[in-house]
Amino acid sequence: MILLEIKALSVTFPTATGAVQAVRSVDLQIEKGAIHGLIGESGCGKTMTGMALLGLLPKGAQVAAEVFRFDGMDLATQAAYLRGKRIALISQDPAAALNPVLTIGRQMDDVLRTHRTQPKAARQAVAVELLAATGLADPVELLNRYPHQLSGGMQQRVVIAQALATGADFLIADEPTTALDVTVGAQVLALLRKLVSERGLTVLMITHDMDVVAAVCDRATVLYAGLSVEEGPARAIMGRPHHPFSAALLAALPDAVPRGHKLAAIEGRIPSPTQAITGCAFAPRCPSCLPVCPDTPPPVRGNSDHRWACHLDKGAR
Amino acid sequence: MDLARYILRRAILSAFVVVGVTFLVFVVAQVVPSDPAALYAGPRPTAEQIEKARVTLNLDAPMPERFVRFAVSMASGDFGVSYKSRRLISQDLGVYLPATLELAIFSTLLALLIGIPAGVAAAARRGSWTDRLGSLGSILAVAMPTFFFAMLLQMVFASWLGLLPLSGRLSREISVSDPLTFVTGFNLIDALIAGRPQVFLDALWHLILPALTLAAYPAGIAMRLTRSAMIEILSRRHITAARAMGLSERRILYGHALRNAVGPALTMIGLSFAFALTGSVLVEIIFAWPGLGRYVSESILSKDFPVIAACTLVVTVCYVLMNLVIDLTQAMVDPRVALT
Repeated sequence: MILLEIKALSVTFPTATGAVQAVRSVDLQIEKGAIHGLIGESGCGKTMTGMALLGLLPKGAQVAAEVFRFDGMDLATQAAYLRGKRIALISQDPAAALNPVLTIGRQMDDVLRTHRTQPKAARQAVAVELLAATGLADPVELLNRYPHQLSGGMQQRVVIAQALATGADFLIADEPTTALDVTVGAQVLALLRKLVSERGLTVLMITHDMDVVAAVCDRATVLYAGLSVEEGPARAIMGRPHHPFSAALLAALPDAVPRGHKLAAIEGRIPSPTQAITGCAFAPRCPSCLPVCPDTPPPVRGNSDHRWACHLDKGAR
Repeated sequence: MDLARYILRRAILSAFVVVGVTFLVFVVAQVVPSDPAALYAGPRPTAEQIEKARVTLNLDAPMPERFVRFAVSMASGDFGVSYKSRRLISQDLGVYLPATLELAIFSTLLALLIGIPAGVAAAARRGSWTDRLGSLGSILAVAMPTFFFAMLLQMVFASWLGLLPLSGRLSREISVSDPLTFVTGFNLIDALIAGRPQVFLDALWHLILPALTLAAYPAGIAMRLTRSAMIEILSRRHITAARAMGLSERRILYGHALRNAVGPALTMIGLSFAFALTGSVLVEIIFAWPGLGRYVSESILSKDFPVIAACTLVVTVCYVLMNLVIDLTQAMVDPRVALT
């Protein structure tokens, strides 16, 4: 069953100097129970896409989409209702995502009492249970602690417990491991994977890190300059990327480069969000750019399981 | 634990402040170019009378001894006798201090209850009419001279609308024909102790206008401080996170954001409380409020040094206590304060 379906989502900010297109055209199809990666460089519209799903875009944002549906409901009108009920956010940088002046117990309880009508004692029991479910030791004692008394990994587990406390079944994880040490990040990913299978959750994993996609995602969408350029099974994208940008992202991973060789950075820069794009957005940086690329929008190739938008008929490589 | 240690540290620091001010007050008394003995001896004294006064006041003892005597008697609440009226200063203070404290505390509460919610509302609806009206109000409140605002309030609420009394602490029917038994000197409390609710209300009505006058300035500044701090906090990620979890806007504003934002406003209001203790002379005169401000300013004009010293010390102690209360509140609102 498809839980989230988005077609041609765009987010635009009108400004005095012209429209800023934070998201140009994003397509997403997420099966219930899946972990779906949303990959791209910074500034490609990943986080804005997530915020659009939550209905939490900054003031002045204009959202448009051909299809914008969550479990049969129109997100354009229902986002505020679904937020916190069905859709929750695991924010990047847990230290910033927790209120520094409130205890963990208070922050858990604020979420719980927003969504449940239970007496305080029962809510506290739930809070303890959820904190324990995220692998936190001694959750009862934790309730009286403040965020600054916790390590980054513990903070991120608290943030996950809060997301679970909402009772939502769709989690938007915005760079959940970026602010953490590699080992702690791996533990958090394993925890998410476990929670997804135990509780039947669905996750949109926003990341710039191909390793995260490889570690936990079932499927993935690659974004470039606010456009979806490739969507498919995570294994297929990691194994044989078809869009030249996906290939470049993979090649830029440090372990993809043999020792002693120069690291493969992607030359050039992402187009500015104020810039109009006529052909393929990646053309100026593409190593296999054809004469047709800069001026003609690329056709969508592949099948319903794995598709990409590119002029090259055989894909990258 | 952190909290207890923090408060203890603050309390010790405060004690030093009190001792320091005591010393300063004593030193100032030594260098002021007027002879206390001559003042004490009355108008046009003879040399003999002055000499006698010098012995009575212990002015011939060596300076360290006099300081210790001075400090000990201040600490025991024996402030001596006014040079001018020959009345016991502690007796005068017993009347004026409660009146001033009642007014200062009430106006501080008003400033908190008006300034902070106004700041929150303005920040929550930034750029709206609420925000603009609030900003205009705060500028008016800060810029308008006290005496003008006081008279404006008197004109509108006492003369035109007749809703509130013009001046005084109690209606004449009560204060003259059926006065309150003096227990604490705080009319509100004494009325409650005496079990006379209509007197309590009467005292409350008398408090409102002078308290509003005094509250205007701190409320206006607190509003600005709260507004700008709230705007900053509301853009933080944990607020977005709280919204994403579906928390109500009210809980986000008052439960989550305000705790982070209220610090500067609390500090400011604490300082203004200290100012209200003696700086409210104009308000006391306009509203015929028998308070400390008038008492001090009269004693300054007549160089009545013991009164000045006593008032300075009493105000210092009140101020230090108020700061302790503010520090404690801040540490409870923001646990990180206790760590610094």
